[in-house]
Amino acid sequence: MVAKPSDYRVSDVYADWCPGCGDFGIMNALQMAFAELELEPHRVVMVSGIGCSGKEPHNVKANGVHTLHGRTLPFAMGIKIANPQLEVLAIGGDGDGLGIGAGHFVNTGRRNLDMTYIIHNNGVYGLTKGQAAPTLKRDLQTKSLPRPNINEAVNAIGLAIISGYTFVARSYAYDVKHLKDVIKMAIQHKGLAFVECLQPCPTYNDINTKDWYAGEDRKDAEGKPQSRLYKLEEMGFDPEVRDWKDDFSKKMIALEKAQEWGDQIPIGVFYKKEYETTYEDRLTARIPFYPTRPPAKQKLGDEESNSSVDLSEFLDSLKTS
Amino acid sequence: MAGGAQGAGVDAAATIFGRACGYGGLWVFGRREYHSNIKGLHSYFHLRLAKQEVLANVNDVDLLAAFDAETVVRHVQEVVPKGGIIVDALEMGVKVLEIPTLPPEFRAELKKWMIENNIGETLKDVLEYAKKHNVKVFPVPYRAILANVGKTLNTPQLSKITRMINVLTIGVSFALLKYDKGLVERAIRAQFPQKIANMNIIALDQAYEFAEKTFKAEFKHKLEKIDVSEERVFLTGNQAVAMGKVLGGCRVQTYYPITPAADESEYLEAHEILKTRDEEESIVVIQTEDEIAAINSASGACLAGARAATSTSGPGFSLMAEGLGWAGNSEVPVVITYYQRGAPATGLPTRHGQADLRFAMHAGHGEFARIILASGDIKECFYDAAKAFNLAEKYQMPVIHLIDKAMANCSQTYPIFDYRGFKIDRGGLLTEKDLEGSEYKRFQFTETGISPRAALGTKNAVMWYTGDEHNESGHISEEPLNRRLMMEKRMKKLDLVDKEVPAEEKMNFFGDPLSENCVVSWGSPKGAIIESIRMLQEEGFNLGFLQMRMLDPLPAEAVKRVLMGKKRIIDLEDNYTGQLGGIIKEKTGISPTHYVLKYTGRPTSTTEVYNALKAIMTGKATEKEVLMFGS
Repeated sequence: MVAKPSDYRVSDVYADWCPGCGDFGIMNALQMAFAELELEPHRVVMVSGIGCSGKEPHNVKANGVHTLHGRTLPFAMGIKIANPQLEVLAIGGDGDGLGIGAGHFVNTGRRNLDMTYIIHNNGVYGLTKGQAAPTLKRDLQTKSLPRPNINEAVNAIGLAIISGYTFVARSYAYDVKHLKDVIKMAIQHKGLAFVECLQPCPTYNDINTKDWYAGEDRKDAEGKPQSRLYKLEEMGFDPEVRDWKDDFSKKMIALEKAQEWGDQIPIGVFYKKEYETTYEDRLTARIPFYPTRPPAKQKLGDEESNSSVDLSEFLDSLKTS
Repeated sequence: MAGGAQGAGVDAAATIFGRACGYGGLWVFGRREYHSNIKGLHSYFHLRLAKQEVLANVNDVDLLAAFDAETVVRHVQEVVPKGGIIVDALEMGVKVLEIPTLPPEFRAELKKWMIENNIGETLKDVLEYAKKHNVKVFPVPYRAILANVGKTLNTPQLSKITRMINVLTIGVSFALLKYDKGLVERAIRAQFPQKIANMNIIALDQAYEFAEKTFKAEFKHKLEKIDVSEERVFLTGNQAVAMGKVLGGCRVQTYYPITPAADESEYLEAHEILKTRDEEESIVVIQTEDEIAAINSASGACLAGARAATSTSGPGFSLMAEGLGWAGNSEVPVVITYYQRGAPATGLPTRHGQADLRFAMHAGHGEFARIILASGDIKECFYDAAKAFNLAEKYQMPVIHLIDKAMANCSQTYPIFDYRGFKIDRGGLLTEKDLEGSEYKRFQFTETGISPRAALGTKNAVMWYTGDEHNESGHISEEPLNRRLMMEKRMKKLDLVDKEVPAEEKMNFFGDPLSENCVVSWGSPKGAIIESIRMLQEEGFNLGFLQMRMLDPLPAEAVKRVLMGKKRIIDLEDNYTGQLGGIIKEKTGISPTHYVLKYTGRPTSTTEVYNALKAIMTGKATEKEVLMFGS
């Protein structure tokens, strides 16, 4: 099968994001990544939360589960554990994953399930008209805030690294090719991959705009804008842990990189560790046939639908006769 | 009854005692009471033993085995004449009002009782009072016996073996009851690993020997072994639910630790590899970060085609409300086992209650279809736990299985459950083949409201789910007509449940159907009610008993037929407002004439139910009787 991005388009749904919304870029990158990886739509499950980002699955032809605010990861986890043969992508907003769902963000990291989590980070709660998201920097006052934000921002990349995600990357919604490549790497990574996708909100974030990211306000002598984004891979940054003894130092370097913001914002892969056991591996250590006969693939009944379970092991220990 | 400080092995003693009696062919009903505390506060179990089946607890205590002084003062008034109290000989001098673990409310009650009855300040004085009421007192030098045990074991450090006070009391109890010691040994071996069992058996022997020598024939009661040919089990509600789930095909269980639900999940995890006829299967138990993750990951597992459940109690279920609504809106067959406890808020976290029926019915914003099952005893817990998955998948809606603390933690003897022939009904889950050549619509409109379901990952099907209102494809839709049709599609499935599930699976009737008096109830009071109406029948008072097992959708017509024209309708439940009574009134227009309610956090006993019903039958009761038994 040779797949094209258009194979993953949904014909009867109008993508209702604002003109210029980064979500279009993310949608395109997802469709391109799926096509290049030749993922069959029925094997993919995109799980999303609430907000503009939550509508992403409705615009991609692959299974979509549009869930509750902040609960993207628990749904995704349940799907993945029940059937580890599925390619599961959790997709949510910054408020969804780092505000209301922050507990799940951290605890899912502890499990290292073999799935991908993409956060749309635009600094605001767009669908409720622009309140400050947990990723909005302190003292900023975006368009619809009555007062400047007095909360510190959550560092999504840093939080992912210390929570146990084994692939941590950042990309930008308007650099679709870069984003597509990062999403592909995330999907192919064995373990829990986190992608923070920076994106402007053309309607409510009038500070971190497309022009701001592009550096239109800081032109060099020749009048060329100096983009605020730079690519880690172009700087020779090596995010991969190949040996246990390097894990700590790689994490520290990645955390240091994660602090950069303002005029120098790194995108690309911050941290990657593939030899860590996944949750599926840990289950397999206890239940050897888990990969081939996971919960969703068990028969439950015989030809006549009789429950095929033999309870004697339970009952024998309770017997009094 | 045996009691002591939490952490002193009360639980282990309960199991050993119950099993030992079970081995001797006796029927056992055991009740466990404990504080929300790890070590130190008072905890006890009360076992009722008989030659015929016992269904509930009674108030009377024939033999009290006290590990400590507090147990004596807590329960001395429950011990009946000719009964006995086993007590630590060294604690006689304890000034009972100074026992540090007594809560101020109880201390005040105790003080008042001691003044009224002219009782002195020590444990000995309390026991003298008991003796005056024809109760035998058996002082046992626990520490001296333990020192001897230590010598036999070559363990000079007494602290290492103090935990065995529980086994000493078992030994003394069974010696007083002149029961076959071999059966007790067997129960100890079933409880502990070999090395610990050996130590405990030495302690048992020495206690037994001491009691036989010291108290020869002083205790009038006797326990005799009976020969039994049928196979029996002795188990708790938690264990029954776990087994029922496995039988019903549950392959993913999620939970966040909470009393009294967590025991079930741990028991399942310990048995995660399941034997089946052909090959092994498994149940994956996931301890999530909270109950929100628990219900939503269980729903996720259902979407992928596994049968999945979560178990919790009131505070956890409160957190699940939003997830429950999502499951209702997306027609997810998720099963929630709901162990009610003393509520609201943290309430009485280790105590009993039945005050969450209304909450289970209405949790989640908006209107959506759900099924609520309520088991009345451990056996029903088993079968209902299995059946819940069939109902959930057949009708594509969440099923809440309501249980309560009394059932979860009590233990009871049953003839071994016959589970062969239990059918798995997946409600026509579509396969890859079924889906060939058509465009799949997850929420297709049909006459019954049930859309053909396929699991995520099934070839030839791509599907969408959303918590928003959606069209047949599962995409967001806010159109009024679609909204109306979707609401009707989801809600009318309840009519189907009402029509298709037979009445005998939704309710039980006991006692005299022609009587003009009928008790209505649900959940764990079942046993006490059945025993009470039997006792009253013998005295010439005829009553019927309607036990509701499916509370939503409530089989209103069937209930109406039973209750129509009754003179006395007595609603009996363990809550303040009489929730079932109110629901029956709402759905059938028939109101209870009397309420017997309990909200002390303790389960109902046969004794108090009998007394309340008799008072009602003889016109001596008020419209609302409040039960109080149990410390």
